[in-house]
Amino acid sequence: MTDTPLVEMRQIEKYYGRVHALRDVNLTIRKGEIVGLLGDNGAGKSTLIKVLSGAVPYTSGEIRIKGEPRMMTSTNDAIDAGIETIYQDSALVPMLSIARNLFLGRELTKGPGFLGRLDQDRMNAVAADLLRRVGISKNIPPTTPIGSLSGGERQAVAIARAMYFDSDLIILDEPTNNLGVAETQGVLRFVREARDTGHSCIFIAHNIHHVFQVVDRMVVMRRGTVVADDLRPATSSIQDVEDVITGEHLAL
Amino acid sequence: MTDRSTPSAAHPPELGVVKLLIAKPEFGPLVLLVLMIVVFTAINPAFASITNIGNALTFTVELGLIALAMTLLMTAGEFDLSVGSVFGFAPVMMWAFFNGGVLSLPLSFIVALLIALAIGLVSGLFVTRLGIPSFLVTLGMLLVVRGSALWLTSGFPQRTWDAHDQWLSNVLVGDFYIGGLRVYMSLIWFILLAVICHYLLTRTRFGNWIQATGGNPGAARNRGVPTQRVKVILFMVSAAMAAFAGIISSIRVSAANPNSGTGYELEVIAMVVIGGTVLTGGRGTIVGTVLGVLILRLMRNGIVLIGVPGLAYNIFIGAIILGMMALHAGLERRHNTGT
Repeated sequence: MTDTPLVEMRQIEKYYGRVHALRDVNLTIRKGEIVGLLGDNGAGKSTLIKVLSGAVPYTSGEIRIKGEPRMMTSTNDAIDAGIETIYQDSALVPMLSIARNLFLGRELTKGPGFLGRLDQDRMNAVAADLLRRVGISKNIPPTTPIGSLSGGERQAVAIARAMYFDSDLIILDEPTNNLGVAETQGVLRFVREARDTGHSCIFIAHNIHHVFQVVDRMVVMRRGTVVADDLRPATSSIQDVEDVITGEHLAL
Repeated sequence: MTDRSTPSAAHPPELGVVKLLIAKPEFGPLVLLVLMIVVFTAINPAFASITNIGNALTFTVELGLIALAMTLLMTAGEFDLSVGSVFGFAPVMMWAFFNGGVLSLPLSFIVALLIALAIGLVSGLFVTRLGIPSFLVTLGMLLVVRGSALWLTSGFPQRTWDAHDQWLSNVLVGDFYIGGLRVYMSLIWFILLAVICHYLLTRTRFGNWIQATGGNPGAARNRGVPTQRVKVILFMVSAAMAAFAGIISSIRVSAANPNSGTGYELEVIAMVVIGGTVLTGGRGTIVGTVLGVLILRLMRNGIVLIGVPGLAYNIFIGAIILGMMALHAGLERRHNTGT
């Protein structure tokens, strides 16, 4: 059981019209592993993530979750399979409170089911507890709208949500963009915590320094295909990885 | 309990209460409403008389009902320009069925509502499936529905005075007295539906989805919220509510005129935005809408009573909209920079 990888993507092909966005992509994520996904703009990182999170359909190939083939036709399929994707801009609703965002789409209700009455007390209590657990240092009530939080706090809420709902795999799309130094460290700390509690992560970032601080393994994509999938911070230098991303190592 | 007390400790409490009150979107319209009542009553004490208030409230509800549904729809980030046409079309259909002897009155009432739901469904599907902006879809629907009403009736009103011995018309527009105040059933409907809409928007799962759909559609979709279904349902609710309001109106004035409701869509949207609901979605308030409805109606009533020519009414409404938008924008900016 423990040898079965959490996620296996096999020979994934994706065409946008005549554009061949993903070519024969194979990707394996093991349990409790943080994988950095790197690549230049247009390398196919986003497309690959969208395929894995059910946001766009793939043309051919196979996705296995814990050894079982799964169809990913909608984001709900991915959520059911335990895959939580945290996009940069579209993770949270700014007007809604922290608690309502945490439970969005999976609201706690009370009373007869068809009425769908929100159990706000329970949602707020769970949210307050969760905020404490993920170590948001300031005292923020769970009824605060997301819009008045800082960028780092928002990422923290999004990651906390994924951890609370016991997602096996948390995909972070550029989580450290537009964040200050302290906030970036906070987010990286959350990512490590998520791993320590048994979650796997795919970490996408342009900033290789951030990636190096947190990942176990790096996968590099170029022109729609995976060109390296076993670079490790312990054995590769930043320069090596950059060369792979840009394709310099081929020229040498 | 400790969770409650910690946040207030972060802010000085006396500042917090005032700030909280001002930050509420309903604050502006509430102040305006109180101000209007004070000014109108000072100039003409008859304004605050019980008969005048009673009359003003009666005519309030027909537009108010539509405004309730429009608030929900606008919170989800869409709006519906065809409500005025549906307001005219649905009663015309209902009375045509009834007067023609095809259906009984309750059945023609239900059929009229079903037709309205179908109109809302079509608008909703055009907006969500084809991705056409709701402005264009409902503009087209406005013309189609109004045209149908005129064509089917050859432009003639349908008589509705046969209705007065029917139980349904008493349920919809009957009246009774509380003390000296004559209360119409339509007012009871408005209050009931306002409470339901408020509860729906703020306390239920569906309400959470409505706000998320308007606030950040991408996030809502990623969380598995069926944003398209939410929008389609709300288009259907808005059309049904317009039909319901139109039917009430047709019984009250004893005629279903295919032209009635012309221009209502804009007045309804004005009521909703004055109340503090955001045109672009995400933030909506039923309490604010009720205030907005009262503001527009009492303004129409009040300026006549204080001797301003009724034709000048639109100047005041336009000025209120502009003023309110400026106020909301100012508060929004202050709110964002303040945190």
